[in-house]
Amino acid sequence: MQKFKQYARTKAGRDTLISFGIVIVGFVVMQVLLAMGMVSSLLEGLLIPICAYIIMAVSLNLTVGILGELSLGHAGFMSVGAFAGIVASTCLSGTVGFAPLRLAIAIVIGAVCAAIAGVIIGVPVLRLKGDYLAIVTLAFGEIIKNIMNVLYVGLDGAGLHFGLLEQGFELDEEGKMIINGAMGVSGVERLSTFVSGFVLVLITLFLILNLINSRAGRAIMAVRDNKIAADSIGISITSYKLLAFVISAAFAGMAGVLYALNYTTVTANRFDFNTSILVLVFVVLGGLGNIWGSVIAATLLTVLPEVLREVGDFRMLIYAILLIAMMLFNNSPLKQRLLEKRGSKQMEKVSEKEGA
Amino acid sequence: MKKSLSMLLAGAMLLGTLAGCGGDTAADSSQGGSTASGNAFKIGGTAPLTGNVAIYGQAVQNGAQIAVDEINAEGGDIQFDIRFEDDQGQTDLATNAYAVLKDWGMQLSLLSVTTKPGEAIAPLHFEDRIFALTPSASSTAVVEGKDNVFQMCFTDPNQGTASADYIAEQQLGTKIGVIYQTDEVYSVGIYEKFKEEAAAKGLEIVAEESFTTDTQTDFSVQINACRSAGADLIFLPIYYTPASLILTQANAIGYAPKFFGVDGMDGILTVQNFDTSLAEGVMLLTPFNADATDEKTANFVNKYREQFGETPNQFAADAYDCIYAYKQALETAGCTPDMTAEELCEAMMATFPTITFEGLTGDGEGITWQQTGEVSKSPKGMVIENGAYVGME
Repeated sequence: MQKFKQYARTKAGRDTLISFGIVIVGFVVMQVLLAMGMVSSLLEGLLIPICAYIIMAVSLNLTVGILGELSLGHAGFMSVGAFAGIVASTCLSGTVGFAPLRLAIAIVIGAVCAAIAGVIIGVPVLRLKGDYLAIVTLAFGEIIKNIMNVLYVGLDGAGLHFGLLEQGFELDEEGKMIINGAMGVSGVERLSTFVSGFVLVLITLFLILNLINSRAGRAIMAVRDNKIAADSIGISITSYKLLAFVISAAFAGMAGVLYALNYTTVTANRFDFNTSILVLVFVVLGGLGNIWGSVIAATLLTVLPEVLREVGDFRMLIYAILLIAMMLFNNSPLKQRLLEKRGSKQMEKVSEKEGA
Repeated sequence: MKKSLSMLLAGAMLLGTLAGCGGDTAADSSQGGSTASGNAFKIGGTAPLTGNVAIYGQAVQNGAQIAVDEINAEGGDIQFDIRFEDDQGQTDLATNAYAVLKDWGMQLSLLSVTTKPGEAIAPLHFEDRIFALTPSASSTAVVEGKDNVFQMCFTDPNQGTASADYIAEQQLGTKIGVIYQTDEVYSVGIYEKFKEEAAAKGLEIVAEESFTTDTQTDFSVQINACRSAGADLIFLPIYYTPASLILTQANAIGYAPKFFGVDGMDGILTVQNFDTSLAEGVMLLTPFNADATDEKTANFVNKYREQFGETPNQFAADAYDCIYAYKQALETAGCTPDMTAEELCEAMMATFPTITFEGLTGDGEGITWQQTGEVSKSPKGMVIENGAYVGME
C-alpha cells in the first residue's frame, strides 16, 4: 500500500493511474448502463469508434508529444491497417470460426502492415532534421488514399488475387471481391465489439505508457528536447526516432482494424487528410505528451458532434466554436491560475503532513 | 482579469445557446420535422443536409416535406411525422444518424439519400427489421440480400444500360468519350454497365477518362483527350457539379460535342454562377420532368417553387413519391400507427411488390416493385432547350 502511494505521488505514476482509471471507470459505467438498457442506440454505436479514436490519439501523441515530430498522415496508417485487417478477417472467415480470435489475428496483421508502412516512411525521412516528416506524412496519407482507390483484391478457391488500376483477374463462381477499387469494401462482417475495443485500449495504454517510462522512452524524450545533447551522450537519434514512429504507426493500424470491422462498408476516402487533422486536434486539445488528456479529448470530440444534433442546422458551427473555446481555454491565463491554485493547495497539504 | 472574464462570458453565452436549443423535443422544427396531431407514422431518413452533396439531401427533405404536409392537411386516417438526420454523405455519420432515428422511434425509413451511406445502413435496417424505401440510393448493393429494403430510383446498372440503348437507338453519336469519377460508386456503377452495353450495341468508346473528388476542379486533360480522340458525344455519368465545370471548360477551348448525362446531371440549371446557355442541347436520362403539364407535377412544382424558391429536381420528386407510395401501401395493407416497426416491416414487404403506384416519376404505366426491392419504371430522355428540360422523342 505504501509503495502504491509512493508510486501514485510520482508524475509518471499519477499519469498512468489516471489514464487507466478513466478508461476502466468509463468501461464499467457503460457496461452497467448497457445492462440496464439505459444507453441510446446512438451512444451504443459510438462506443467502438470512440475506442478506435482513443487508440489513434494516444498513438499519435507518442509521435507528436513524446518524440516531438509532427505527423500529418496518421489516418494513412489507419487506412493501411483497416484494409489489411479486412482482407485478413475475410480470408480467415472459413478457417477460424471463433470471432474474437479472428478479430485478434486481423488486428495483429493490420498492425504489422501499418508498421511496415511506418518503416518505409520513417527510414529515409527520420534521418533529416526539421519539419520534413510533416510534409512526407502529409503526402503519404494522400498516396495511401489514392492507392486504396485503385486497388482490387478478390478471394476465391485459388486464393487471393490482386489488381492495381483495374481488376485484372477473374474470380471463379465461389469467389468474392474484398476490396473493389474506389467502391471500397462492402459486406464486411462486423467483428468489433465494445469489449474488444476496451481491451485494445488497455493494451495500447499499457504498452505506450511503459515505453514512455522506460529507458527507451527517456531516450526518445532526450532526442525531442535536445538532439545535440542526446547525440553527445551516445543515444542513436535515428533509431530511437524510428522506434517511436513505427510503434505509433502500428497502433494506428490496430485502431484502423477495430474501426473498419465495426462498419459493413468502408471506403478509402474515410481516411483522408481531415481525419488525420481530427486526430491531431485530439492530441493538441488533450495536451502534447499528456496521455490521459488524449483519452478524454478523443472521447469528448467524438461524442460532441452527435450530441449537438439537437441543435439542428447550426451543429457544425457550434462544434467549431466550442472547439475554439476549448483551445483558448487550454492556453488561457485562467487555466494557468487554476492550476497554480491547485498546485499551491497541494503544497500546503504536503507541508501540513510533514509538519504534523 | 479582463481576459478571463470575457472567456467566462463567452462560455456562459454558449451554454445559453445550447440550453435554448437542446431543450426542444425530438421532433424539433429546425430539422424540418412536422408533427401531426395525434397518432402518426414516424418516417425517418438520413440525408446529407450539409457537406459536398448537401443539395441532394435538401431536395429530398423538401420534397418529402411537401408530401407530408399535403397528406397531414387532408386529415385522412394516415398521418405522417417525418424527420431527417444529417449524414454529410458519409458512411459512419449515416450509422450515427440512423441510431438517432432509431432512438426517436422510427417505424418506416427512407434509408439514405446518397448511395454509399445507403449501403452502410441497409444491413442495419435488415437486422433491426425496419422497412426502408430509399428515394435515391441507387446501387444494387443497397437492396441485394436485404428483403426489406426497396428503391424508388432505378439502379445504377439500369441507368448505364438504358443510356447506351438510348444513344444507340437514337443514333446520337458514333464515337463516344466518357468522363467518370473513380471514387464514386454511383459513377463507376453506371459507367461499367454502359461500357458493356455499348460494346453489345456496337457503339465505339474512343476515350475513357476519369477523375476523383480531389481533382474535380480542372478537367482540361480529360476534355482534351476526348477531343483528340475525336469523340462526337461525351457521356457524363457524374453529378452535376463537376459536369457544370466540364461544360464550362469545354466551351472555353471551343470544343462542342454532344453531352449526355444521367440523373445526377439533373440540377445543373440551378448551379450558382453557371452560364446556363452552355447547357443548351445537353441530353440526360431522368425519371422526372419538371415541365410536364399533368396536374400532379404542376401542383408539386408550384408548391416547391413557392416554398423553396427553386425548381425541384428528380431527387425531390423521388422523395415526394416515396411518401405517397408509403401512403398507398399503408392503406392497402390496412396498417395503423400503433403497430411496431417490425409488424409494419412484414406488412410493407408483403404489400410493396403487389401495388402499382402512380407518381411524379416514371411514365404513365405506373411504378411497380420486384420482390428484390428494385423498382421498374422507365427513364425519360430529356434535352435542355432555352434553359428548361424538354422531353426528347
